[in-house]
Amino acid sequence: MPILEIKNAELSIDNKKILKGLSLSVNEGETHAIMGPNGSGKSTLSYMLAGRDGYELDNGSITFDNIDLTLLSPDERSNLGLFLAFQYPVELPGVSSTNFLREIFNSRKKYLGENELSHLDFIKYLRKVAENLSIKDEMLKRYVNFGFSGGEKKRFEILQMALLNPKISVLDETDSGLDVDALKIVSEGVNNLKDKKNAVVVITHYQRLLDYIKPDIVHIMSDGKIIKSGDADLALYVEKNGYSEILNEKS
Amino acid sequence: MVATTETINQVKTTTDKYKYGFSTEIEVDKAPKGLNEDIIRFISQKKDEPKWMLDWRLEAFKKWKRMEKPNWAKVSFPDIDFQDIYYYAAPKSKKKLNSLDEVDPELLKTYEKLGIPLNEQKMLAGVAVDAVFDSVSVATTFREKLSEVGVIFCPISEAIINHPDLVKKYIGSVVPVTDNYYTALNSAVFTDGSFVYIPKGVKCPMELSTYFRINEKNTGQFERTLIIAEDEGYVSYLEGCTAPQRDENQLHAAVVELVAMNKSQIKYSTVQNWYPGDEKGKGGIYNFVTKRGKCLGENSKISWTQVETGSSITWKYPSCILMGDNSIGEFYSVAITNNAQQADTGTKMIHIGKNTKSTIISKGISAGKSQNTYRGQVQIQKSAYNARNFTQCDSLLIGDTCSAHTVPYINQHVSNAKVEHEATTSKISEEQLFYCMQRGLDAEQATSMIVNGFCKEVMKELPMEFAVEAQKLIGISLEGSVG
Repeated sequence: MPILEIKNAELSIDNKKILKGLSLSVNEGETHAIMGPNGSGKSTLSYMLAGRDGYELDNGSITFDNIDLTLLSPDERSNLGLFLAFQYPVELPGVSSTNFLREIFNSRKKYLGENELSHLDFIKYLRKVAENLSIKDEMLKRYVNFGFSGGEKKRFEILQMALLNPKISVLDETDSGLDVDALKIVSEGVNNLKDKKNAVVVITHYQRLLDYIKPDIVHIMSDGKIIKSGDADLALYVEKNGYSEILNEKS
Repeated sequence: MVATTETINQVKTTTDKYKYGFSTEIEVDKAPKGLNEDIIRFISQKKDEPKWMLDWRLEAFKKWKRMEKPNWAKVSFPDIDFQDIYYYAAPKSKKKLNSLDEVDPELLKTYEKLGIPLNEQKMLAGVAVDAVFDSVSVATTFREKLSEVGVIFCPISEAIINHPDLVKKYIGSVVPVTDNYYTALNSAVFTDGSFVYIPKGVKCPMELSTYFRINEKNTGQFERTLIIAEDEGYVSYLEGCTAPQRDENQLHAAVVELVAMNKSQIKYSTVQNWYPGDEKGKGGIYNFVTKRGKCLGENSKISWTQVETGSSITWKYPSCILMGDNSIGEFYSVAITNNAQQADTGTKMIHIGKNTKSTIISKGISAGKSQNTYRGQVQIQKSAYNARNFTQCDSLLIGDTCSAHTVPYINQHVSNAKVEHEATTSKISEEQLFYCMQRGLDAEQATSMIVNGFCKEVMKELPMEFAVEAQKLIGISLEGSVG
């Protein structure tokens, strides 16, 4: 059964069409990769899914567990279990990372009707989760994303993903700005969270991330649409031959 | 989007929050409306004041009559008719309620949001307190503890009678009677306020809060407070509380004076949450306050920390006169305005002594159609060799119908002094909101979190027990400002 179903999504920004009839269906337990050249609309797709202001559909539909997503605000979508790892995580000066994480963690627990954790219990739990991502206590004392290095920001995104335990995670260029070591840590983090009940959509430019997060299905996106889908070999093909061949094939 | 109906409802609850604000029936002992010498005599007599106090009041009144209302602040309001105000209205007794069930549920909701413990809620709402928490006995215990170390903490009306020498020596010594129109008025008609005296070498063993002062309630609209710390004394004083304050008096013109001797330290924290009026500002409190501290002794220190969220108009500049060499003045401020509120607030740091230092951190947050102005003066006088000032004013705008202004005045008369001024204005970014909401926080939680982060430098100066409530208060004050 698909968790996420996008049908013929059309979306424009400042009267310019960005998504031109995009369709995508993601089932439980699957890992999808969406690849494509710059400007193909990959980030727009991620914002549209998360419900950012200004990214409303002109046409088409998105359903999540058979619920129409288009009517929901970003927090409502998050509560349903949709997570977006940002390409450029946003700084929140003055907001302590630990407090922020506790707030989002408990807010999720509350939504799920589960018990919220006390400050002390949460800290214990957080330490354990953070350790797996090589995140030190010191980092958690800093302000959210404030003065974090590129790698720290991305690890912090995956830490939030681990705490929220979403049904579907969209990783928007999570590999950008990471060296190999950091890439391994982040990928391991994602792989550890993966199970038969949830799904991951990886948006990326390069094949190298897919060495670590193995996709079941690879989609090539261009000019606001998915123009080709295949198995993991498709990514290798792109790596070798570039996008141009596939793009030409289509036109 | 979905948020729209929610927002409408939230705005409704916010504006309805004060619905019952002025319904509490209070039996009052009123003097006739208007202001003349007889009214002043009446006030003085009611308080059994000595003659010198009455003379001081009458002198102030004479001067006030010749003064003009200040009009330089960036606030606008209809002209006040000073003859149409009651200057003496002592509540005989407040109608006691039997249980919290009788209290306005909207008010209880706010208390709950603020996390105020049940017993304190009862006290605030005027419910007769039970044996478990007897406010009088608590206050008495406090007093005993304080008097053991020689600290005097009492209503100023009592101090005028019991400690006349101290009051006589210091009242008006920091804020002269004719400092401005409202200080002259206050000097003539003030009804009550706090008096604190910290003897030499004493570190006050507890935070002093207006909250626990006997007869604290209903000090009226013209409050007068005087705090003196002798050599090496230390005191932390908390004014106000986070729970909404209601008052049938629209005009409030308080005067607060602080005097710090050698190596002494006074920390004065305020949380102000008076009725801000309806969404058009109608009926809200005018808060025209003069607060000033004098670092008279060497190495003395005065810190002002304020969180201002209430009142329809705020006109307030807690200041420091740094006379003693090496003395330090600090001003940490969060001013939030929403709907039609207007705030013109800031500080004055007057450097007179050598090596004097001052720090100003001001955070202004504007939402709705409000006006929020920071107005600050840093004056380095010729004698202030090697003086230092650092000023940082940050403004945060929520929505596009509010405005923020920064008006710094710097007068520097010494070449080796160092004055730094930084100012920023930012909008609460859609990006930040979206990021927080993507993690499941609703718009209000997200705003509260971002704004609290913005105010962090100031909030951390507040005493612990205040800080937690103040953080929640910031969220509540901005309810309905984002959709």
